[in-house]
Amino acid sequence: MTVIQFVILGAALFSFGVYGLLVRRNLVLVLLSVELMLAAVNINLVAFESMLATSELLGQVFTVFVITVAAAEVGIGLAIILMIFRNRQSANADELTLMRW
Amino acid sequence: MTDLAIDLLWLVILLPLAGALFLHFVGQRLPEPMAGLLASAAIGLSFLVGLVGAFPFFQGDGEATTILLWSWMPAIGANLELLWDPLSALMTLIVTGVGFLIHVFAIGYMHGDERFGRFFVNLNLFAASMLTLVLAGNYAMLFLGWELVGLCSYLLIGFWFTRDSAAGAAKKAFVVNRIGDFGMMVALMLVFAAFGTLSYAGIFDRAGEVLTTGVATAIGLLFLLAAAGKSAQIPLYVWLPDAMEGPTPVSALIHAATMVTAGVYLVARSAAIFELSPTAQVTVATIGAATALWAASIAIAQYDIKKVLAYSTISQLGYMFMAVGATAYVAGIFHLMTHAFFKALLFLGAGSVIHAMSDEQDMRKMGGLLSKMPVTGVTMGIATLAIAGVPPLAGFWSKDEILGSLFARGGWYGVLWVVGLLTAAMTAFYMTRQWVMVFWGEPRWSEDAHPHESPGMMTLPLIALAALTVVGGFVNTPFRFTLEHFLEPVFEGVSMQHPPEGWGMFALMAGISVFAGLVGLAAAGLAYRRPMEDWAEFEQGLQPVWGWWEQAYRVDDFYNVTVVQPGKKAAEAAAFSVDLPVIDGAVNGVGRLARGIGERVRVLQTGQVRNYAALLFAGAIALVVWLAVTGA
Repeated sequence: MTVIQFVILGAALFSFGVYGLLVRRNLVLVLLSVELMLAAVNINLVAFESMLATSELLGQVFTVFVITVAAAEVGIGLAIILMIFRNRQSANADELTLMRW
Repeated sequence: MTDLAIDLLWLVILLPLAGALFLHFVGQRLPEPMAGLLASAAIGLSFLVGLVGAFPFFQGDGEATTILLWSWMPAIGANLELLWDPLSALMTLIVTGVGFLIHVFAIGYMHGDERFGRFFVNLNLFAASMLTLVLAGNYAMLFLGWELVGLCSYLLIGFWFTRDSAAGAAKKAFVVNRIGDFGMMVALMLVFAAFGTLSYAGIFDRAGEVLTTGVATAIGLLFLLAAAGKSAQIPLYVWLPDAMEGPTPVSALIHAATMVTAGVYLVARSAAIFELSPTAQVTVATIGAATALWAASIAIAQYDIKKVLAYSTISQLGYMFMAVGATAYVAGIFHLMTHAFFKALLFLGAGSVIHAMSDEQDMRKMGGLLSKMPVTGVTMGIATLAIAGVPPLAGFWSKDEILGSLFARGGWYGVLWVVGLLTAAMTAFYMTRQWVMVFWGEPRWSEDAHPHESPGMMTLPLIALAALTVVGGFVNTPFRFTLEHFLEPVFEGVSMQHPPEGWGMFALMAGISVFAGLVGLAAAGLAYRRPMEDWAEFEQGLQPVWGWWEQAYRVDDFYNVTVVQPGKKAAEAAAFSVDLPVIDGAVNGVGRLARGIGERVRVLQTGQVRNYAALLFAGAIALVVWLAVTGA
């Protein structure tokens, strides 16, 4: 096993995330795409850590941070989406243009 | 006692200032005479402190002291410090003493004015400012007082600001004074550039070593410009006649006795600088002589009781300038003092007459008032004789000393002596004309005027000033040079001009000037004791000269065409061709630019979250590509 396979996996996962973010209209799916990108980053971090093997385990530590922040972000994000849906009976990103010029 | 008074000398300024502040906040709520009484008490106490503090100088063993109150900017000599020497002591006593009498008079004169309290705020503030000016120990503080008295003058001329003429006169006085202040500021910059300090102590002792003749002349001429503004000399005298729009006590205090003498004080105080420049000296004396003659001729043909006195003040100030220009500093200060007495008396008397005639100021509508108001008539008569130079009244001694000094200096000053004599004759003429028109002859007032003597609050100051007018001259006579010895320490380092020595010369000088005065006096008395038709005919006989005099040579019209209108045009041009397109244009242009950019850039904000995300990734990819290409 070399690190390249993990990096490819991470890149693929990240690209799916980007694709989902750009083409999905449903905000819940957009949020899921963001999670996908974060997972890709986590895979990269762990992979590089196993290759470099730093004594402080920096990759793993960062991964834990990312997971924590991602959990918080999803909590808030879902709450916002919930409130939007309650107010507008829709979670469609294209319809949320209230702040436009 | 005296040491204590010198330690407490700051009270001289603080008392009127505190009076002004106190009355400012509560004055309007006090019952009417209270505000006036408090203000008078403040300045009266100030006079007493000054009197005790000046005691060593009277005894002849006083030393000039500098009292440092607060070190503000020691590096340039601009501190809050008082210089207590015979000159500032004398000025302090004149300002507070005459000021006190005028304050008391004003209590009666301003009776019934709805802004009674406010009037005394301004009057007290003026006293504090004037005392700051004369007690200053450096030019910076003098300048502070100089500007403050200008401000108070403005406030008091425009005291009845609902009258257009009063508001305009106040504005005129302020603007004309700014021209003089310009000279003052440039002069102070020159002084600072030469000496590195503004403190008197650091300037007068070293003036001889530091200044070249050229610089001394420049400073002296700029000081003269400043003094011409404040003391109403040619060419800046035009504001003083208009200043008569103010209440009469203001005219007496500010525009006769104290503020307008600030220019004379400035020249006398800066004697060490003028010492180095004969050119500046002769210019001061010539301006003074020209002003004296010019204003005296205008005064002859005025019908407004206050306008006569205004032009007379300008003329007498010219006398003082002649004296200080000829380095006869003691004579100049002496005349300043006696003039403060008799001119304040004349103005207060005029105020009393105006009060009695229900605000009538035209002397053609007066006449025969002596029996109705004997106290005013007699005291004004004394002042008239004094200013005409009749011995042994105050004006005779001081005027004679000035003329004698001019004669003794000789040369060009001899010509000025002749001008002075001519002016003396004219002064006697117009003052007698005024007194006779007001108090003598047949009554010419209308049916509904009921002239009456003023209340005691107003006549008592008149009597006090009349007493001073009678005895004031004896402080410096050829028999006893008291004032001369008193002021000697101040002018120790400079050469001073004295009247010619010897009794024969004195008798000759006095004889000539008294003769000139009596000629004017007799001419006016003979002309104006007759009925109005006769002297009106006499005046018409002097046309067209009389018309020129009556219209004050139309100098106001001349200034209007040559200075005021071009000035307004220039201001308009600056406002509408420079300020509007260039300054405002630049500011508005910045705003327009930001808005224009915003208009174009705002289309990027589609509100579509996916667009933003796409741009974000595009940016990230561009960054990665750039890093890969540059290899950083």
